[in-house]
Amino acid sequence: MHNRRNLYIGVILCAMVLLAALVSFFWTPYNVTELNIAEKFKSPGMPYLLGTDHFGRDILSMLMVGARMSIAVALIAVGIGILFGVPLGLFAAARANTLVEEVIMRGNDLVFAFPALLIAIMITAVFGPGAVNAIIAIGIFNIPVFARLSRAAALSLWQRDFVLSARVSGKSGLRISVEHILPNLLNLLLVQGTIQFSLGVLAEAALSYVGLGAQPPVPSWGRMLAESQTFFSIASHVVIFPGLAIVLTVLGLNLLGDGLRDYFDPRLRQSSWNSTS
Amino acid sequence: MFRRICSIVAFAATFAVSAVQAAQTDITIGMQLEPPNLDPTAGAAAAIDEVVYANVFEGLTRFASDGSVKPALAESWEISDDGLTYTFKLRSGVSFHDGSEFNAEDVKFSLDRSRDENSTNAQKQLFESIETIEVAGPHTVVITLSAPNGALLFNLAWGDAIIVSPDTFDLAKTEPVGTGPFKFSRWVQGDRIELEKNPQYWGTPARLDKVTFKFISEPTAAFAALMAGDVDAFPVYPAPENLAQFEADPRFKVVVGSTEGETILSTNNKQPPFDNKLVRQAVAHAINRQEIIDGAMFGYGTPIGTHFAPHHPAYKDLTDDSAYDVEKAKALLEEAGFEDGFETTLKLPPPSYARRGGEIIAAQLRQVGINAQISNLEWAQWLEQVFKGKDFGLTIVSHTEPMDIGIYANPDYYFQYDNKDLQDLIAALTLEPDDGKRTDLLQQAQQIISADYVNGYLFQLAKTGVANAKITGLWENSPTQANDMTEVYWEE
Repeated sequence: MHNRRNLYIGVILCAMVLLAALVSFFWTPYNVTELNIAEKFKSPGMPYLLGTDHFGRDILSMLMVGARMSIAVALIAVGIGILFGVPLGLFAAARANTLVEEVIMRGNDLVFAFPALLIAIMITAVFGPGAVNAIIAIGIFNIPVFARLSRAAALSLWQRDFVLSARVSGKSGLRISVEHILPNLLNLLLVQGTIQFSLGVLAEAALSYVGLGAQPPVPSWGRMLAESQTFFSIASHVVIFPGLAIVLTVLGLNLLGDGLRDYFDPRLRQSSWNSTS
Repeated sequence: MFRRICSIVAFAATFAVSAVQAAQTDITIGMQLEPPNLDPTAGAAAAIDEVVYANVFEGLTRFASDGSVKPALAESWEISDDGLTYTFKLRSGVSFHDGSEFNAEDVKFSLDRSRDENSTNAQKQLFESIETIEVAGPHTVVITLSAPNGALLFNLAWGDAIIVSPDTFDLAKTEPVGTGPFKFSRWVQGDRIELEKNPQYWGTPARLDKVTFKFISEPTAAFAALMAGDVDAFPVYPAPENLAQFEADPRFKVVVGSTEGETILSTNNKQPPFDNKLVRQAVAHAINRQEIIDGAMFGYGTPIGTHFAPHHPAYKDLTDDSAYDVEKAKALLEEAGFEDGFETTLKLPPPSYARRGGEIIAAQLRQVGINAQISNLEWAQWLEQVFKGKDFGLTIVSHTEPMDIGIYANPDYYFQYDNKDLQDLIAALTLEPDDGKRTDLLQQAQQIISADYVNGYLFQLAKTGVANAKITGLWENSPTQANDMTEVYWEE
């Protein structure tokens, strides 16, 4: 029971972020696109719970709307990764030891060899900054992650007896991949998806920090950090809260991912317990 | 007795140490942008002049710290009665940093090179009225004009008109050789440029032995470098939000002066709907200047209503023509047929006046129904898309050249304003030598561009400098892009 703690903390943190994002669709304490210069740098308290930024905007409201951007970008990016990466990995595994597998996997290595942020900067440099391009950039980086993972897991599944019996019964490689291999990968994908999701949140923050993510006035956590860092010595709360939001979200997703892995894979439970205690 | 001698020795020693400290003769100046090269006659970047102008290179005339034009390499000059012939008497005994003597041939070479058809000079219009340049003696140069030009002496004071030697001009981009009070010594790319005192200088010698220009692009890093003492002064400090902190700190002094930087909401006059004057007028009335100055510049900046520096004697305050009035802006948009507003682009270069000002302006424009899509660009992209490509609706930029109202007479300039009346007026201005009549023409020009709402006129950029409290002699204002270090020294 002890090692479920990670899972619970992760679930709570993620639920908070998700709730904030959902609530922001129909209610925020203040309007985030209206500036009120006279109210700038108000300290946390009342009436601004987390204070205001250099334009007098309510930081809590901006964080709530910003959570939307973080979640949306990371979710779609992971989706792209799964949508393209998993079929590639399964196909490579089904065609093991052929030229097809070699081409797919070396292609993945090629993408993987570039640091994720570099790919993202390349894409946004060519197509211009913006949320959509950030999603595509982070999504492309996710493809090889899922392709490798699903190929490795599928390869070992292909050696199993139930696959052998399916082959003997005359099922095609495609049917075996979809009907027998894929369902056995779902746990793995869920765990990896959660981890990639947290990396996606970080990547979105990093991209908007360097100005390549969502453009103003759409709030985003990374840009809030970038814009407010010069104010750190005058009003530290404008930097601390967006930073905390990123840290807590990523922490929550990682704990959730760890917890899910432990939950699905009892064999790992013991070793994880050992390493964390 | 022995003890006494000891204490005297100790006293003398501390005195000697403090004397050494008092004689600090090197300085590190912080700059936000690194120059792409060091030849002011072959590049438009302000950073070039900020390093070499009046330090390494000099022209026939020069700008003083108050913006007035003073003799430099030309000791004196005579102007013929028809205003067409200028005879410059050059200083003798001046030598370049490589030891070669400065003479009239250098002047002819330099100016002919700058005004040549194939020259890469960024301000060729400065030399437009020059017909011929003749050497009339080792230290006499005669410049003949095709038409009178009242601004010739002013034009020759620009960094783009400095004098180089025919032997060393090709080195100017990387190892400049000039006649100024400092010699170039080293350029560590990406980090700093070092200058050292020129002992053979013809004029009042510099008081510093060594000047280092250090390039720090990040405002946060600039703040840290000043606080840590790595940089002694930041003549154009990039983060106005920190100035209050420096002001409260006795180690520093904050100097707020004027610049030639008209910060404007540049409008693409050829792109619909901005080709409609009513729309431009609506935009002008939708802008709340004070909010932008407070929000983006933390109060530093003077509102302007036209493209002209408020500290100039010919300035006309026209801010009332485009006073903040949301209702009027809405009514104008309705009259122009845009009662539901419209969408446009707002492309912003990196400086904080643009990025922060842009967000504020976008919010102000939303109030009248104009949806300006912000995209943040790096300088290279901005130059490519906006300045060269003219692919923009709105942009914010500060025009830092002195007396640059002439850009409105160029219909190919990036905001594409094309008005025959103004073009004629600027042409008449160029020919007008009389100061009183020039002022009158300048005021007419200001009036025309304000009445046409060519651009949104926001504010005059303030020169917000931070320096160690012991440094004196830095320019308070910025009549041209320069960091003249000749008279700078450490007090104590």
